[in-house]
Amino acid sequence: MLRKRHQNDVGLDERRYIGSPVARPNARRLLQGRGTYVDDIALPRMAHVVYWRSPVAHARITAFDSSFARMMPGIIGIYQASDLEGVCKPWVATLSHLAGMKSAVQYPLAPGHLCWQGEPVYAIVAESRREAEDAMPYLQVQWEELPVVADMEHALDADAPVIHPELGDNLCFTRTIDTGNVSAAFEGADLVVEETYHFGRHTGVTMETRSVLADFNAADNTLTVYHSHQAPHMMQDLYSRHLDLPEGSVRVICKDVGGSFGIKVHSYPDDFATVALAKILKRPVKFVADRLESFASDIHAREHRVHARLAAMTDGRIVGFEIDDLSGVGPYSVYPRTSGIEGNQVLNITGGPYRHEHYRAVLRVVFQNKPPMSQYRGVGHPIACAVTEGMVDLAAQRLGIDPLALRRMNVMPDDSYPRTGASGIKLEGLSHEACLDEIEEMIEYARLRKEQRELRSQGVYRGIGIASMVELTNPGAAFYGVGGARIAAQDGATVRLDAGGGISVLVSVGEQGQGTETIFAQIAADTLSMPLGSIRVVTGDTGVTPYGGGTWASRGAGIGGEAVLQASIALSAQVIDFAARIHQRERNGLALADGAVVDTSTGETVVRLVDLATQAYFRPDTLPPGIHPELSATRHYAQRDYPFVFTNGVHVSHVEVDVETGMVKLLKHWVVEDCGRVLNPMLADEQIRGAVVQGIGGVLFEECLYDAGGSLRNGNMADYLVPMAAEMPDIEVAHIETPTATSQLGAKGAGEAGTAGAPAAVMNAINDALVPFNTRLTSHPITPEKILIALGTVSASK
Amino acid sequence: MTERMTIRLEVNGRAVSCEVEPRTHLIDFLRDSLQIKGARVGCEHGVCGACTVRLDGRMVRGCLVLAVQAQNARVETIEGASDRGDLAELQAAFHARNALQCGFCTAGMLIAAAELIEQKPHASRDEIRKFMSGNYCRCTGYQAIVDAIEDVLEARLQRTSAPVASC
Amino acid sequence: MKAAAFDYVRPRDIAQVFALLEEYGDEARIIAGGQTLLATLNMRLSEPQLLIDIGALNELRGISVSGDRLRIGALVTHAQIEDSDLVRRHAPLLSEVAPHVAHRAIRNLGTFGGSIAFADPAAEWPACLVALRGWVIVSGADGERRIQADDFFLDLYTTALQPGEVILACEVPVETAASNHQFDELVRRHGDYAIVGAAVTGSMAATGLIENPRVVFLGTGNVPERARAVETLLETTALTVDTAAEFADALDIEPAADLYHSAQTKLHLSRVVLKRLLCKFAEARIEGRHEGDKHD
Repeated sequence: MLRKRHQNDVGLDERRYIGSPVARPNARRLLQGRGTYVDDIALPRMAHVVYWRSPVAHARITAFDSSFARMMPGIIGIYQASDLEGVCKPWVATLSHLAGMKSAVQYPLAPGHLCWQGEPVYAIVAESRREAEDAMPYLQVQWEELPVVADMEHALDADAPVIHPELGDNLCFTRTIDTGNVSAAFEGADLVVEETYHFGRHTGVTMETRSVLADFNAADNTLTVYHSHQAPHMMQDLYSRHLDLPEGSVRVICKDVGGSFGIKVHSYPDDFATVALAKILKRPVKFVADRLESFASDIHAREHRVHARLAAMTDGRIVGFEIDDLSGVGPYSVYPRTSGIEGNQVLNITGGPYRHEHYRAVLRVVFQNKPPMSQYRGVGHPIACAVTEGMVDLAAQRLGIDPLALRRMNVMPDDSYPRTGASGIKLEGLSHEACLDEIEEMIEYARLRKEQRELRSQGVYRGIGIASMVELTNPGAAFYGVGGARIAAQDGATVRLDAGGGISVLVSVGEQGQGTETIFAQIAADTLSMPLGSIRVVTGDTGVTPYGGGTWASRGAGIGGEAVLQASIALSAQVIDFAARIHQRERNGLALADGAVVDTSTGETVVRLVDLATQAYFRPDTLPPGIHPELSATRHYAQRDYPFVFTNGVHVSHVEVDVETGMVKLLKHWVVEDCGRVLNPMLADEQIRGAVVQGIGGVLFEECLYDAGGSLRNGNMADYLVPMAAEMPDIEVAHIETPTATSQLGAKGAGEAGTAGAPAAVMNAINDALVPFNTRLTSHPITPEKILIALGTVSASK
Repeated sequence: MTERMTIRLEVNGRAVSCEVEPRTHLIDFLRDSLQIKGARVGCEHGVCGACTVRLDGRMVRGCLVLAVQAQNARVETIEGASDRGDLAELQAAFHARNALQCGFCTAGMLIAAAELIEQKPHASRDEIRKFMSGNYCRCTGYQAIVDAIEDVLEARLQRTSAPVASC
Repeated sequence: MKAAAFDYVRPRDIAQVFALLEEYGDEARIIAGGQTLLATLNMRLSEPQLLIDIGALNELRGISVSGDRLRIGALVTHAQIEDSDLVRRHAPLLSEVAPHVAHRAIRNLGTFGGSIAFADPAAEWPACLVALRGWVIVSGADGERRIQADDFFLDLYTTALQPGEVILACEVPVETAASNHQFDELVRRHGDYAIVGAAVTGSMAATGLIENPRVVFLGTGNVPERARAVETLLETTALTVDTAAEFADALDIEPAADLYHSAQTKLHLSRVVLKRLLCKFAEARIEGRHEGDKHD
């Protein structure tokens, strides 16, 4: 794995662990099958809840009788919306800074108006899941179907059924960006290219389905929730406010989480219902979604149609972009992060790498009778990047300029920062040029092009697809706090020298496999000069860690890591101070090295940390008067210099298209990613690879298929196609490092860049392969049938 | 009402005797009756591979086997195989290569990988990918998993590469 | 989901199986490997009262050759077929196809007989059995019957098995030196059910004409489909690498659409698969060796 230090390097001293491919200490338990996921936890008198979910997309309940179901063995109770009134408050998912956004009031259980197939309506609580499922067929429910909004293109038609009449129409949110003079710029351009892109709705498919175990102690009025989740403090705040419990009475614990990707950063009506039931029943209640219900109840993402235009001059200069983005979400905006963010980011990120000045973008987010839609890994970036990079390739083709060369001509130069993009994004320091140079070498571009020409003459069609990208990471308060959501944009870490001489690190950012805990240990170990094995990291428990935001928007390393760094620096100063005073040395003649305080001039060990700890904790009688050792330090960090710290990168996909079958073979994939200081290249690289494969899923395989009536047709693991190992390419990753000056650590985020760029690169590769056929594919997922239709082999009959 | 049945089998080297409903699949039996949580549920339709365990020495989808069908059989989960040291090489390779993230697929992956290295000691990278494509992973890009398995195959080949004896 | 409750019995002899089938009728289902049945039950798509596990019937196990036939017991697993030397020698088509059947974990338990009885048109074994001109040997309270593969698959998930009957074994003619076969399937992901697939068998004469040709498709209709017009053509017109496309154009099946592919697409893909298989068929004869001789 290649890493090159870029200019603007703020510089941390060379360290032992930071920057090294250290294996994760917390992986050991997972390798032995000894992790603890929510479903592994059993509490005394634990009950199980199964939800009766709407079988249709839009209906109103006309009759309900649970008397037969109640008689089934093991049934503890059957609950409906009215039972939860007064226990759990409803919500409206809007953010004030997304001006004009509207959404209807939503309840944990639908009170009678059913708005999507999969919406939870009735809760069946039983001694076991199977008994609850056995009772389900005996629930007698009748409903009257209502007209369905399942085509976002018609959701705003005058005669469209309005899902929530009180809102007036099906518009959730709209926004426009206009730099002004866009029409004139387009008119004055030598070339205007236009294209429409479609992105199929798809979903996260975490290996561990959504799981929550709620335990309410009626005596103390305290609630403990074991949650498979990314943001425990956010859920603590939500449960506390919606169940009317003091914040200090709610504890949310996230142990091992089996994959999240944003699916588990949201609140769900069935989570609220489960917690409310625990309060009502005064016994623990567990909800583990089964795979079939996950497809219909997890949040979906990425259903967009984008009309795009690009204006350029003959010499290759891109003058402007224009997009019209229509996005079809569910019937409710998702709480509390809303369903407007994804579209908002499409607007902000389109055109991101380039230095054009003219940009106009319109977003309309509309309600539909389909599962709610919200942030999923990449959040808008995959769409923005695919549109941008697709248009750039189209322009390259029309202008007769090599696509790599066209990008070089138009990306923001590496020495031109800080600057603001045409959409308003504020950029600290990126390395598009360096990345393009790096990738050109990695892929041996000239050789690939030569091979492409040769093979074409033999009827073998290979394509090279390039995608430059930007990615927002390390968000400041601009993201949510500013809109009124109680979602922390800061994080805290407590670093402590323990009585036994080890180090405890308690952090408000957790992990779901990314390796964040390992990175925190590396930072603490290096700063305190302690062996990695002596560092114990605790995350994911609101009762234990400092208060913070959790894992999302690729902020774990950058924000959590900085908090750990600052707390570790503070602790090291406190330790040195303590040692100096009791051993009568000058503070600035001492340093930490290999678990001890040492004299920097002689290298002599003054005192080992373990002995300092023993003295502080157990022998205060030996301390000189006035000395009060503090062997614990807590620091919080928020990124406040920019709305986001952007990263950048470039992807290349190499494919072979079988033009007879429409099948695409992924030959290889490359990524050059600049995520600032790379704290652990092994972890960063596999994160990037995992993200690339998720992106490949979206561009080639994954789509939630709905019929005109809003029924899901492929909601199981056999019919919904997630990528498996055999079809995936090897993915080569290299890094350029442009550290951020917004923190001492200099690390930016890396978790989502793979999903952002991969769909664009693969689409571009397919289109590059098909240049001789004068056709382009712009509808994701690009299935074999779509390719055959584009080639004219079959007609679009469906 | 259906009849519960008593089954006797060996799980992770220990004899167990338990009463189960016939409809209970092996994973639910292991998790709920025996509290062995390394056996995981991912889909219950036999596709994702998270539930992969060993039945009489071969890997199977635990969600597609009834506990009652395991009467008199030998069942081994990740914990048993791990404690026996049977997976030590693979576990070390997975760890060194970071061939896991959230860990939910890992038990199934390791058991499948163990069967691969036993049955196809000369597997190419492509063959590794094909064999392992019965186990879904959403976190890694599969590459580190393939790399880890390749490492183990190579190490084994080197150890067993003795000169061919003449007859 | 958890399956709905059922009772379970594992008879020691086949007479007991017949008695139970007689008593329970539609309320009983036979479970062999269970790889299809249990997935169905776990989704509550079916709720039988009784599962009859035939796994203790040892007479349904085993692969053997007798005379010019290879006999595969109904309980032989896909993995056993994959690993069997007897199968490799006498019915190499099955050895080549076995790795395409789902994934190894499924193959370790799933049975040949189960696949034949379930008769999923996208499954590999039914099409292979028809391509090899095999037989299905069934038994019921009234005795044994021997049914030709051509007459066994009647409609979607519907076979010639009568209520109360159980498959004992399948048989295929042992491959001769002159036999040739080719198989391929199109899948989005390795191990998935095929979008379309085909098996071509027959003996290619020096003239390029094929004796006893069979061209059988999976994934195109409700049953394994023989492309009879193509078979007739293969008997009368010489097949070469260059003419393979013309045979494919003569394809006379009418595939139905599936979740991801229109009927027109399926037909087109069937033609492409057939053309490629016939090309390989012709090449194999030229090269004087067979696909099965190559290392996997």
